[in-house]
Amino acid sequence: MSIISLIIKREFIAKVRNKSFIVMTFLSPLLFVGLAAFVGYLSTMKADTKRIAIHDESGLFAQEFTAINQKNGEYKYLDLSVIDLKFLKDSITNENYEGLLYIPKVESTKDFENKIQFISNNSPSISFIEKVQEVIADKLTKTNFIQAKLDTLAIAKAKANVNISLSKASGEESVKGLNEIKIGIGGAFGYLIMMFIIIYGNMVMRSVIEEKTSRIVEIIISSVKPFQLMMGKIIGTALAGLLQFFIWALIGLSLMFAASLFFGVDVGPTAKLSPELLQAAQQEMTGTAQMYIKELWNLPIASILIGFVIYFIGGYFLYSSFYAAIGAAVDNQTDSQQFLLPIIMPLMLSVYVGFFTVINDPHGTVAVVFSMIPLTSPIVMLMRIPFGVPLWQIAISVTLLFGTFFSVVWFAAKIYRIGILMYGKKPTWGELYKWLKY
Amino acid sequence: MSTILEVNKVVKQYGDYVALNGVSLTVPKGSIYGLLGPNGAGKTSLIRIINQITLPDRGEIILDGEKLQPKHVQYIGYLPEERGLYTTMKVGEQCLYLAQMKGLSKAEAKKQLEYWFERLEIQGWWNKKIQELSKGMAQKIQFVVCVLHKPKLLIFDEPFSGFDPVNATIIKDEILALREEGATIIFSTHRMESVEELCDHIALIHKSNKLIEGKLSDVKRQFKTNSYEVGILSDNVEGLMYDITQKFTVTPANFKSLNNELKLEIQLGSALPNELLQVLTQRGQVTHFVEKIPSVNDIFIQTVSK
Repeated sequence: MSIISLIIKREFIAKVRNKSFIVMTFLSPLLFVGLAAFVGYLSTMKADTKRIAIHDESGLFAQEFTAINQKNGEYKYLDLSVIDLKFLKDSITNENYEGLLYIPKVESTKDFENKIQFISNNSPSISFIEKVQEVIADKLTKTNFIQAKLDTLAIAKAKANVNISLSKASGEESVKGLNEIKIGIGGAFGYLIMMFIIIYGNMVMRSVIEEKTSRIVEIIISSVKPFQLMMGKIIGTALAGLLQFFIWALIGLSLMFAASLFFGVDVGPTAKLSPELLQAAQQEMTGTAQMYIKELWNLPIASILIGFVIYFIGGYFLYSSFYAAIGAAVDNQTDSQQFLLPIIMPLMLSVYVGFFTVINDPHGTVAVVFSMIPLTSPIVMLMRIPFGVPLWQIAISVTLLFGTFFSVVWFAAKIYRIGILMYGKKPTWGELYKWLKY
Repeated sequence: MSTILEVNKVVKQYGDYVALNGVSLTVPKGSIYGLLGPNGAGKTSLIRIINQITLPDRGEIILDGEKLQPKHVQYIGYLPEERGLYTTMKVGEQCLYLAQMKGLSKAEAKKQLEYWFERLEIQGWWNKKIQELSKGMAQKIQFVVCVLHKPKLLIFDEPFSGFDPVNATIIKDEILALREEGATIIFSTHRMESVEELCDHIALIHKSNKLIEGKLSDVKRQFKTNSYEVGILSDNVEGLMYDITQKFTVTPANFKSLNNELKLEIQLGSALPNELLQVLTQRGQVTHFVEKIPSVNDIFIQTVSK
């Protein structure tokens, strides 16, 4: 058996047998599903209805609000125009009103635009204020129409609703929301890579530090080259990580499946509909759904998967060599913080660039540049691939990534080689640079 | 006696610091070779180069007639001064792993391991983790790891530190036994009494340079001052002192004895011992007459403080 596979095997077994690894492997999906179930449970809980008192001196709006009252709605509007305003203000706290909407009597309807007040102890939510403004504005607009002797019915009829349907130059019909799906798929893979790098990169680093503090490293590198040790460690940890991810996916899926069987997911509103209605709705649904599924099949699935594998390997190896070098340079984990920040930053940056820039303009300059830079390309390029990326761009990006990967591994191995034999002092960036020249 | 290891004008620099300044050594096959020197002299740097942990900037190492290369790791066993093993790994697995790294097959490693566990009477430790063992026990395991692949050349850096006297004796006997079996042993230490006891060759490194090297007896001969410790019972001490101070340099000496005699250290210069004895026998009863041989400790201190 070759030396490097020996090291890989040992690292893998050491990781997999580790108690916290085992606990995390089986506990994480439970926690995750438990958390999801908890959030789901919370969202089904009915929030207390908030009561809004309305003092409408104009008499124009109160019934507009009481008309939109719904049973179990989030807000309940109460027309309390008959009660004295000062008394109402004082009773906000006593009577436990969420707030008081005060509409004064004004000379001209124009004045309503800035005379209306909402008085409350807590600051109201933006969506609530927008809703109130909308109701008042609607009513005012209608009143204005009537004053101007316009036919409100005719206006309502004349109002046009536009819904642009998307299609490609090839003539196929397309659906809206596809960008979100694309970014969702790319984002999921990109996020997976980031999580993997952070969790298992750290594990590589810890394992290097452990060898250093237990002082066994000197024995080992008297038998193998530091480079072999480093690569063995990185690969062994990756294999343990893949196993863990695989188990997570398996447990997660089966828990989801069990949960859906147990609770009977999503039968609430549809169950109450009559069969005919249901059928009609289903037909309409399947039309759209089919289109989505067709679109999904049209995505460059092969490139996405191949891209994922390539960028996963490239990204993980690149970053975990950094982690290994850091582990070699420091004596304990607390010292590693100052060196870790520059590693985490590009990872975070690529996720932000992915979610904010790529979705708006997948082929814009920012997205293209970041999908070329080796530190961000594994995540950003993966998010771009579902939108269709020209092959030459992928070629350049992958070449750059692996080129950088080899030079980083070379540098990291140098720092590693020197670092593992340095005990008892916290190195500075300057010292790391000096080690490169030894 | 042929040579197993030749270190040829090795230079190693760390930045501006010169750790080894053109050091050359010749280690004869089958010897126990003491590598001495104060802290920071460059011993560990040299040992790391021989183990191919680091590379020399200049100079070369010849192992058993061949230029040192990666395949040679299996011929060398190394016990570093900074001891360490995987604390959470089981003893047996750990030894197997480390032996396989030295190129042994798994079956061969297991056979050797069983042999050594029996030899050191530690068979029960196979499934224990290092963290469950005491420091001395862990050191024993480390010793086994070092010798498991039957290396031709063993390098021990401070082998006795951390052992109690019983275990130190066991290890010492093992070292001697390994030499009998044909291995060459280099050992680096500050403990001069163990050098005195075990080594037949020594080299002294100080401030990155080699100052002394050779057979222990030759080195001692080189450092002896032709002095003798003398004990004498005499009625006429004044006359005796007069006679010997005429010819020799005399200083008081201190050694253990049963009589209440006069104790002197006498430097002969170029004279022969018999000339001194003649003078002494005329003046009294000689009870003690021993050539003063410099100890390794004396040589060490004398050389280093020069």
